[in-house]
Amino acid sequence: MSAVATAPGGTSAKKQQKNGRNELSDRLKAENSLGQRLVAPAVAIMLLVTAFPILRALYLSFYNYSLTSPDDREFIGISNYVTALSDGLFWRDIAMTVLYMVVTVAIELVIGFAFALVMHRIVFARGVIRTSILIPYGIITVVSGFAWQFAFTSSNGFVNGWLPFIDDGFNWFGDTTPAVIAIMVSEIWKTTPFMSLLLLAGLAQVSEDMIEAAKVDGAGWWQRLFRVVLPNMQAAIMVAVLFRALDAYRIFDNIFVMTSGAVGTESISFLVYRQTIEQFQLGMGSALSVLLFLSVLLVAFIIVKLFRVDLARARGE
Amino acid sequence: MALAAAAVVAGGLLSACGESGKPVLNWYINPDGQDTLTQLAADCSTDDYDIQIQLLPTGATDQRTQLARRLAASDSATNLMSLDPVFVPEFANAGWIAEWPEEWASKVVDDDVLEGPADTVRWDDGVYAAPQWANTQVLWYRKSLAEKAGLDMSQPVTWQQVIDAAAEGGGTVGVQADRYEAYMVWINSLVAGAGGDIVSDTEAGKDAQVDIDSQAGKDAAAVIQALADSDAAQPDLTVSREGTSLPFMYDDNGEFMTNWTFVYKNYEPGDGKDFTQEQFDDLGFARYPRTVEGEESRPPVGGIDVAVGAFTDDLDQGFEAATCVSNAQAQQQLAANDGLMPSRQSVYDSAELKDAFPAELLSLFQESLDAGAPRPKSAYYNLISGAIQASWHSPRSVDPDTTPADSAAYLEAVLRGEALL
Repeated sequence: MSAVATAPGGTSAKKQQKNGRNELSDRLKAENSLGQRLVAPAVAIMLLVTAFPILRALYLSFYNYSLTSPDDREFIGISNYVTALSDGLFWRDIAMTVLYMVVTVAIELVIGFAFALVMHRIVFARGVIRTSILIPYGIITVVSGFAWQFAFTSSNGFVNGWLPFIDDGFNWFGDTTPAVIAIMVSEIWKTTPFMSLLLLAGLAQVSEDMIEAAKVDGAGWWQRLFRVVLPNMQAAIMVAVLFRALDAYRIFDNIFVMTSGAVGTESISFLVYRQTIEQFQLGMGSALSVLLFLSVLLVAFIIVKLFRVDLARARGE
Repeated sequence: MALAAAAVVAGGLLSACGESGKPVLNWYINPDGQDTLTQLAADCSTDDYDIQIQLLPTGATDQRTQLARRLAASDSATNLMSLDPVFVPEFANAGWIAEWPEEWASKVVDDDVLEGPADTVRWDDGVYAAPQWANTQVLWYRKSLAEKAGLDMSQPVTWQQVIDAAAEGGGTVGVQADRYEAYMVWINSLVAGAGGDIVSDTEAGKDAQVDIDSQAGKDAAAVIQALADSDAAQPDLTVSREGTSLPFMYDDNGEFMTNWTFVYKNYEPGDGKDFTQEQFDDLGFARYPRTVEGEESRPPVGGIDVAVGAFTDDLDQGFEAATCVSNAQAQQQLAANDGLMPSRQSVYDSAELKDAFPAELLSLFQESLDAGAPRPKSAYYNLISGAIQASWHSPRSVDPDTTPADSAAYLEAVLRGEALL
């Protein structure tokens, strides 16, 4: 920055500039080294608490290792991965997880955007309305799971009574489809506010001038939304979708509380939990965790790629 | 941060000693009979140690998970634990619970202990726990419902008869068919009631013989299918647990329900309960239904054994405390207060128990315990139970032609480590 400020030309100026750069670079070096020393403890702790467990999981995934018979631990190479990848249950759980992710994120995006618009445009009781929209996000997922489980219970829940086309004794947790719907409702109720917060940030970035200009040009409300607002907040939408999709892909709490994975509602995270925590199969559990980690990376990669294509199209390239 | 961590660690260490500096023995209990167990803990505390109650979750699987996580980390503060009998072999095999030396073992497994409960604490020629109470299931029903349907309850009844009678009388049949341990209990009793078993040669560990693909397995599946297809099935059949079928007893026409011994005390009119004497008089009980005509039923057996954590500092204190909380007097209190039946013969004969329960119910409990079908005794019981639950749930999808065969193949693959559970 100072280089630009001292650039009126001339040899002396150039020399000064060079000196200035050197001086700055020394300071920068010192600052950098101080910075590195300051973050070193944090990096060390992060390595200890994240890198170590990840590497340890990778290591354990090559073993047949059960906590109930620790002495029988043996190296079995990639057998755990072969077993997992050739097992129908693994792929069924992956499919179910993708279903949870796609449906909840799609619905949350629409409702979340509506909420974001309300929060953005509201003129009266702004604080109250914004707060009430955000309340579900402040509630612990397990609590939300229990609340909705009670709501959907046939004996004392209110959902059956409120829905005219549903029999009063209908058991939501008896079959895959209704149970998945119940889980998704809880998930959507709980995390839509997060989506709307991220979208609100995006909405706030859209220039009012552009919207005014579109209005002057005679664009209607829908045209302004689709031609001006949405294209200009594509980055925010991408962030929101990416965050929520990765979150939704790891869905666990609601399934744990509402069905314990019964009637085919199990997600891939739940499978990992059962292998590791319930069955104490640390080897297989670690292999599944590694696969879960890789599939999360894949999902992130796909979403990023997908949105890039869209961005290109939006620019008419 | 460091201060907070230090405080947490210090707090953890401190909790191993009582307020008076006396050592504390932590007793992890399941929620059945909590008040009585709390009283027992106080009564069995001595000048040398205090027994402190720690509550475990309601489900047997969750109880096992929580205890195992502590014991796998060699937790010396897990001193006494109430264990579902099926988990004794697994915990003993893993070295998590201490083997009882002869001088203590002879006190908790003597001639007075019924053979069924006594067998649950033995593993590999040793004694690993003290039987505290023994549980069994009987058929509870509304007398008026049985009368309406014209079912003679003085004779042994089959599941098919019970299901038909409930449907005819406008009532329901309550069972435990959620995907959890009690569903395995039901399946095990149905299979045993048809003269078969789920697995045999369980000492062979993972090489145990899988027997469920048999006529007995098909008969068991036929019962579940009959109930699932019947109007008598409760709407929440696929998620039904011990507690969920209780309210159906005095709802409309009532129900037939297979459930544990605690049911009697649950409906007995008293403080804070809504049941009237008239309703209670309408409550009937009979031997567990037969799977097939002409073959004796094999009621479920359960209960609780008290084990001592292998990492306890002073094991003798642990054995002493476990012996105290499972002695005849303790069993009497659990039975009289909470309907949790004793594992000692002498307690059935005591005056307190005869006051608390009708004589015919007491003899039905004993008869059921004697004829009971224990679940497979294996260090890999959890895998067996999990595989059976996975392939037999939901009860609505059970088919006698496919379910037993499919579950046998799956269980074999799970035991060999070739399939995910």
